[in-house]
Amino acid sequence: MARLLYFGKLADAVGTAEEQRPLPETVRTADALRSWLDGAAGANGALSHPSVRLAVNGAIAGPKDPVTETDEIAFLPPVGGG
Amino acid sequence: MARSQITVSPAPFDPAAAYGSFAETVPGAGAIVSFTGLVRAGSPRGAVTDLTLQAYAPLTEPGIAAAAEEAGARWPLQGIRIIHRIGSLSPKDPIVFVATASEHRRAAFEAADFLMDYLKTEAVFWKKETTDAGAVWIEPRPEDYSDRARWMKAPTR
Repeated sequence: MARLLYFGKLADAVGTAEEQRPLPETVRTADALRSWLDGAAGANGALSHPSVRLAVNGAIAGPKDPVTETDEIAFLPPVGGG
Repeated sequence: MARSQITVSPAPFDPAAAYGSFAETVPGAGAIVSFTGLVRAGSPRGAVTDLTLQAYAPLTEPGIAAAAEEAGARWPLQGIRIIHRIGSLSPKDPIVFVATASEHRRAAFEAADFLMDYLKTEAVFWKKETTDAGAVWIEPRPEDYSDRARWMKAPTR
């Protein structure tokens, strides 16, 4: 099961800040995860929006980077502190 | 290279005490600039009752450390101190503290300004503002991004 973290407004869109999910066979890249999970989690496009970045095990991931069942995958909406 | 110390924590801090401790670490400085950001009491949506900040530890502190390293490479600094609150804050609470020390004032001013622009637009934080109208997640304003873009040109010295 992959550990999925949703930050900021994405937790509101998904309805939880953190969950575990088995990944389907077809989901092997960050990009595939994004589009599958957006539907599976009922996020209405919030997770697949181009402004949302992914981090896999604490490092920003590109669209073709691999994702596996043992990963911690964080969905990061636009940031800003101060 | 400038020494930098970074704290990301839910613990409240005293900006005056932070300044004092930082000043002791840079005995050779001729200029120390410090900036304190406070939680604003008002927003366009009304009176603010709470501001909650989230961070993602694997990215937040390394990102700030990289920005501090860049500041140290661009300006001749003797030290950098950054404190950023996370968790639940109230209006007027200090939320961010940036201090820079150098031999002369220009480097200290510019480096502090650079670091604040980084913190406002690229540092890995998410802010939720609560008013009587409810809670909303705040994103950087267009002018925050244009402030940050000023530093993308060639270094000034």
